[in-house]
Amino acid sequence: MLFTSYSFIVFIAVLFVLYYIIPKKYQWILLLVASYFFYGLMSIKYLGYILVTTVTTFYAGRQLKRQNLYQKDYLKEHKADMSREDKKAFKEQIKKDKKIYFLACILVNFGILAFTKYTNFVIYNVNHISEMFGNDIVLSFWNIALPMGISFYTFKSMSYLIDIHRDKSQGANSLFKFALFVSFFPQIIQGPISRFEHLSKTLYGPHTFDYDRVAFGLQRILWGFFKKLVIADRLLIAVNTLKNSPEQYSGGFVLVLMLMYSFELYADFTGGIDIAIGIGQVFGVTIEENFNRPYFAKNITDFWRRWHITMGAWFRDYVFYPLSVSKRMLKLSKWARKNFGDAIGRRLPVYISTLIVWFTTGIWHGASWNFIAWGLANGIVIIISLELKPYYKWFHSKFNVADKRVFHAFQIIRTVLLVSSIRLFDVYKNVPLTFKMLGSMFTAQNYSSLFNGSLLELGLAMYDYVIVFGGLGVLLIVSLIQRKSNVRLQLASKPVHIRHAAFLMLILSLLVFGAYGAGYDASQFIYNQF
Amino acid sequence: MKKKIILLSISAILLFGALFLLEKLLMPKHVSGIVEGSLIESYYNEKLKHDILFVGDCEVYENFSPVTLWENYGYTSFIRGSAQQLIWQSYYLLEETFEYEKPDVVVFNVLAMKYDTPQKEAYNRMTLDGMAFSKSKLEAINASMLPEEHMIDYIFPFLRYHSRWSSLTKDDFQYMFSKKPLFHNGYYMRVDVKPVEYIPKKKKLSNYEFGEFSYKYLEMMTNLCKENGVELVLIKSPTLYPVWYDEWDQQMIDYAKDHNLMYFNFIDHIEEAGIDFNTDTYDAGLHLNITGAEKMSLYFGEILKEQFDIIDRRNDPVYAEAWIEKSTFYYKMRDQQYHELETYGEIMMYGEVVK
Amino acid sequence: MNDLIEILEELHADVDFKNCVTLIDHNILDSFDIITLVADINSEFDVTIPAEEIIPENFNSAKALYALVERLME
Repeated sequence: MLFTSYSFIVFIAVLFVLYYIIPKKYQWILLLVASYFFYGLMSIKYLGYILVTTVTTFYAGRQLKRQNLYQKDYLKEHKADMSREDKKAFKEQIKKDKKIYFLACILVNFGILAFTKYTNFVIYNVNHISEMFGNDIVLSFWNIALPMGISFYTFKSMSYLIDIHRDKSQGANSLFKFALFVSFFPQIIQGPISRFEHLSKTLYGPHTFDYDRVAFGLQRILWGFFKKLVIADRLLIAVNTLKNSPEQYSGGFVLVLMLMYSFELYADFTGGIDIAIGIGQVFGVTIEENFNRPYFAKNITDFWRRWHITMGAWFRDYVFYPLSVSKRMLKLSKWARKNFGDAIGRRLPVYISTLIVWFTTGIWHGASWNFIAWGLANGIVIIISLELKPYYKWFHSKFNVADKRVFHAFQIIRTVLLVSSIRLFDVYKNVPLTFKMLGSMFTAQNYSSLFNGSLLELGLAMYDYVIVFGGLGVLLIVSLIQRKSNVRLQLASKPVHIRHAAFLMLILSLLVFGAYGAGYDASQFIYNQF
Repeated sequence: MKKKIILLSISAILLFGALFLLEKLLMPKHVSGIVEGSLIESYYNEKLKHDILFVGDCEVYENFSPVTLWENYGYTSFIRGSAQQLIWQSYYLLEETFEYEKPDVVVFNVLAMKYDTPQKEAYNRMTLDGMAFSKSKLEAINASMLPEEHMIDYIFPFLRYHSRWSSLTKDDFQYMFSKKPLFHNGYYMRVDVKPVEYIPKKKKLSNYEFGEFSYKYLEMMTNLCKENGVELVLIKSPTLYPVWYDEWDQQMIDYAKDHNLMYFNFIDHIEEAGIDFNTDTYDAGLHLNITGAEKMSLYFGEILKEQFDIIDRRNDPVYAEAWIEKSTFYYKMRDQQYHELETYGEIMMYGEVVK
Repeated sequence: MNDLIEILEELHADVDFKNCVTLIDHNILDSFDIITLVADINSEFDVTIPAEEIIPENFNSAKALYALVERLME
């Protein structure tokens, strides 16, 4: 079920009624049933995968927790009669014992992810290499389908496991409660990637019907629908036209595509997250925010703190930090400092870790070279921006522009253009083509043709652009307000009729202007007996 | 809390009111161009009984003229036809009509037997959108939907037509709540002439059997008429194209025999009816024009007179008055069409006529 | 403690590390600063800060960081 489908709306409506009728202690069970129902509807053949992940992670986690408790209790009990070396040795032993369960679980679950997601990518490359050497294709592709949400729920589960391993979390006290955490339907399709310690605070209830909270949740869902149907799905039409015929739409059109895609993706992704978080709110569950007005970022590092926040945090906490402060990395850093000086020694762990993280981020998004290129491009740009820091410092010491609005605008525009162009790897899904198209932006002479009406031949008419700009305008205003306060609270403080009128307008514009349904093509109605 | 409920209710009423009005505004009016979309709903304006009911596709609504039947036989009739009306749509229309009245005779054009499965969403719409809300309508929708369609788009056509906001015309505002009369008890009038030039050769088919679904609904139609004491008459309209295969004809002959029904293949009666495809067709043999339809109606009326005891209502003052109005409108439109033909070379009154 | 302040000031000369308690919350130290810090602390104090201790509570102020270092030194 897509979020923006009739069946999903019915699903939520029915669930909503049931949720607030049944005894509160069963609410989380209802959510569990609903989540598996939702999952089964989309992907029943692959139910096995999520079950394996759920069961293995829960029991491995429980074992680790037992070890943690055992260690704590033992040390407490024998505080007096253990020497420092004894304590250290004991901890080492526990660490070893934990390792087996921990590694086994990690291997199984990332193994499943790797198998389902990357097998054909590996095969593709093996064949490619074989062909490069003049041989025939070695392997044929396997018919493996991707279980729905596997990238998201695997990451959620592994963060659960790692947090227990680090003794930062107590974990769930029942397999079924954990199963709900893993499969929670609002976030199974595109996140956010919740942390157990955060989600579990509100996931299991009990929840009373709170009119204001439910109203806020519904408003947020409505807002998400508006973004997806009115802005995103509309822009998608033109985006598809542009990206499907690169030879025809090079040069200036690449710039147009870049910007259109940036707003389409933003509206679609944040819209989907709004719906997810809004649903959570309706049911009393607090889901983490995933976006923080990313297009207001002043540089690329800041951007990645504002876009897909939970993903960035996951890679930071579970890949970036462990990698960069690992013994091996520190040794490498020391070695580099000794042999190449401080400057290089300091940079090495940062740069290597950054590239590895962005490589994995890229490949997490998809099993193809264009995603790897996308990831690495982000990593490289980040590294470059780190390198340029001293020059920026020098610049700001000479020119007092740091606080000026114009300069902020420049930074924002620069960042938007930068991330949008890197995203072209994701758009064209082909590395050499992307470079070619990027280059054509600078070499092409066809910028003037953008104004001769060709933009009206991408599948969108003038009134469609009016709607898009109008929608983006509303988005901008809302974002500007959000810098200082919560928009829904603001509206809630206004007189009732204004508030109701605003939402009425939102619902009506969503229903009338949304890019859904079959559309009206008068030529369809031509009556032809043939 | 009570205040909240009241306020919410008011807002809900406003919302649904706005949606209701918007739906009326955004639905295509079919008052110009492809006016056939307005055929089905024109039935509900009728106040008096009809003793003969035609049901089926364009081969009924363009080839028979109720006014002619009235003037020459005193028979009241209505044609509940629509563009490419599929057999199950005909069945459910009949079922619905019987809630309003029980005619003496139902005439069904069997060309639709060749369509065993849902065809085109746009044609579905032209037939179904005009139906009043009823159980029959829901069942008709269900049988007609293509796999990618949803029932809810038919119950709330707003969802289907909302994107028309960008192509609204004056007609959409003017005819929001009622249409202007365009037809004559379901007859779509054309006075222009385009003689037959060339009839494409018959293509051979791999299978001439009509589909299971078609037969199912034909059975249902037969039973429905029997249960309601209505005579079902099967016909094949006199057109030169699309092809009516002999194998199809035979199946209908057999069916009629098995079920004790009358079946007339009027293609064989063209000469007898006096139909001349040089003057009586407006689209080179696909459909008859007004002169053809009038001839056909005269001929068919004779058959009906022989076979059935349908009341001649010309002496009934109530009916006579109503039908005088209808005839007046009929001849007025005819004259206007001839005038347009003379002045402009083509018929203008239907807006841009797309063929 | 002063050694630590020195290391911090090497990263950002303009920040008042003695008093600031929102180094992480206000993004004064970003993730790159943190791993550079960890490497420097490793060099200077010969302790390894494990990844699980890289949390806002430990890095929001020089004081908290020093407490962590001391704890690890035991």
